Amino acid sequence: MKKTYQIEVDCANCANLMEEAAKKTEGVANATVNFMTQKMIVEFAEGADEKKTMKTVLKACKKVEPDCEIEL
Amino acid sequence: MTKKQKKMLVRILITAVMLIALNFIPITGVWQLLAYVAAYLVIGYDILRKAGKGILNGRAFDENFLMALATLGAFFLAIWTKSGDYVEGIAVMLFYQIGELFQSYAVGKSRKNISALMDIRPDYANIEADGQLTQVDPDEVAVGSIIVVQPGEKVPLDGVVVEGAASLNTSALTGESLPRDVKEGDEIISGCIDMSGVLKIRTTKAFGESTVSKILDLVENASSRKSRSEAFISRFAKVYTPAVCAAALALAVLVPLGRMLAGLDAGWTDWVYRALSFLVVSCPCALVISIPLSFFAGIGGASREGVLIKGSNYLEALSEAKIVVFDKTGTLTQGVFEVTAVHHNPMDEAQLLEYAALAECASSHPISKSLQKAYGKEIDRSRVTDIEELSGHGITATVDGHAVAAGNSKLMKKLGIEYHDCHSTGTIIHMAVDGQYAGHIVISDIVKPHSKEALEQLKRAGVRKTVMLTGDAKRVADSVAAGLGVDEVRSELLPGDKVAEVEKLLAAKGKNEMLAFVGDGINDAPVLTRADIGIAMGAMGSDAAIEAADIVLMDDDPLQIAKAIQISRKCIGIVRQNIVFSLVVKFGCLALVAFGAANMWAAIFADVGVMVLAVLNAIRALNYKN
Repeated sequence: MKKTYQIEVDCANCANLMEEAAKKTEGVANATVNFMTQKMIVEFAEGADEKKTMKTVLKACKKVEPDCEIEL
Repeated sequence: MTKKQKKMLVRILITAVMLIALNFIPITGVWQLLAYVAAYLVIGYDILRKAGKGILNGRAFDENFLMALATLGAFFLAIWTKSGDYVEGIAVMLFYQIGELFQSYAVGKSRKNISALMDIRPDYANIEADGQLTQVDPDEVAVGSIIVVQPGEKVPLDGVVVEGAASLNTSALTGESLPRDVKEGDEIISGCIDMSGVLKIRTTKAFGESTVSKILDLVENASSRKSRSEAFISRFAKVYTPAVCAAALALAVLVPLGRMLAGLDAGWTDWVYRALSFLVVSCPCALVISIPLSFFAGIGGASREGVLIKGSNYLEALSEAKIVVFDKTGTLTQGVFEVTAVHHNPMDEAQLLEYAALAECASSHPISKSLQKAYGKEIDRSRVTDIEELSGHGITATVDGHAVAAGNSKLMKKLGIEYHDCHSTGTIIHMAVDGQYAGHIVISDIVKPHSKEALEQLKRAGVRKTVMLTGDAKRVADSVAAGLGVDEVRSELLPGDKVAEVEKLLAAKGKNEMLAFVGDGINDAPVLTRADIGIAMGAMGSDAAIEAADIVLMDDDPLQIAKAIQISRKCIGIVRQNIVFSLVVKFGCLALVAFGAANMWAAIFADVGVMVLAVLNAIRALNYKN
């Protein structure tokens, strides 16, 4: 299951940090952040609850980059 | 400008005005300090907040932390030495914010420019109901529906034209500026712009499966495949920031301690100041922002030219392409057979073609098709009787009462007819009428008009070796290769042999050389995947090619290959310039600061200046000129 989310992030480095944070979140099999198109593509692990997982992802991202936003 | 950027601009202006005003207002002591602290907070409160959060979250070493530390340090130094020079800390923060604002503005702007280039996403589809056109979301149109496209509109979905004729602008897809004409019965691809005439189209694909969606998906996901340069920068940034902090700490503490031990004046304030300036230069933003931006601009610029690159890693690999392997049919040649000559014919050429076309009228073989095309007139099947197809030999039939035989030399031998061998390359069809040899027709695949030029340009672009692979007969292959100037030819290959040949070439190439394989994407999927870079051409509407290849040429013009290589070279050149330029300036400034030759002002100018120049340079990758 793969989903694309619109994100808001100001700097390329922060986008990298968000990507790493999202990857480490439970329920996420893989994640890529495209800084230029301001998109996050999340591949969910099998059986993971998308909504719950994305909430944790957002929390983890806020931790590394307080200014970021993910449109859920 | 976004809301965020506007807010930042206001803060910058307020701080600048405050700084100028404070310069003229004669306040001293605590009041002066408070006024400057207020100015500092206006410009830097968010940095302080982020730095604090970073520390709480266990991520101490980021640029916010560096800036907070440097500016607060400058402030305390001013209080400590009672110099009253608070301007420096605020000014550094001010310039840092100006730099950030510029960066976010420039990046946003170029992002918009690039998205505009790829603006092929249709917003709506027109569906006709009760004589009225209604606009619906292309996503909601079912396969097999009839949609209407009016002049000036984008074709929203792939389909077949059922009514009307029009000229299409395909430049957004192919980079080709010549319009393409479509009429009833023609296939049509989404993303083209209708320039004249109303079209009714029966859709053959859902929006998610249509060409436009495939292309957009590909381009949007392109930067998720990172190049070596990008990986290098992320690794570099991870090591660099802590290293700089350690060095700054050493400057602030170890050097004065050393001086004390050596019996010199420790000079604490001087060395702490140098260490703080050191931190200001240290931000790696110039690199971190400009490298992905260059790649993104390069990929965007290429897609405007009809070259879709699936990731920055492929862009990087393409710039190092030294060996280019071609499939022959459909890549260097048109893959369409045409009658190129008629020899040894006692009767009229047109007459001979007419006999051949009529005899072959029942066959659907590409060769029969090309004979019928060369004949060019409507075929009256009632003139032909007794058609007999001898598999592997040819055809015998009775045309207008004459016994006609058309086929290869085996057929002639079988019928006991003496024939002339042909010296031209291509497929030879011997003809016999009423048992008498009537000459032969040569059919060959036509070389694309730009193939020769394309190979020359590849050589000029630094490609060391060109190789052509084909399943065709050796004689045909050698003649095509010689005509085009291909270095090596491997002929009479089965599809599986092509992979083996590519593997041989891969094993023989140098370490830093990349091998690109160019095919039309129809039977080449295994080879496209095996090569370092798989390039599929003429991919308009071919899903298999878009899927298997790393680089997709929308057009089927081989000149695009050289163009793609040039674009990649330019982009990689810019990336290298930015890496070298940023690092040289950064390390130069770090050295100057460490030796006390530059102050904090110089440091912030170097930091912001390098970033601005690197970003401007990166945007250059967007433009490609012949």
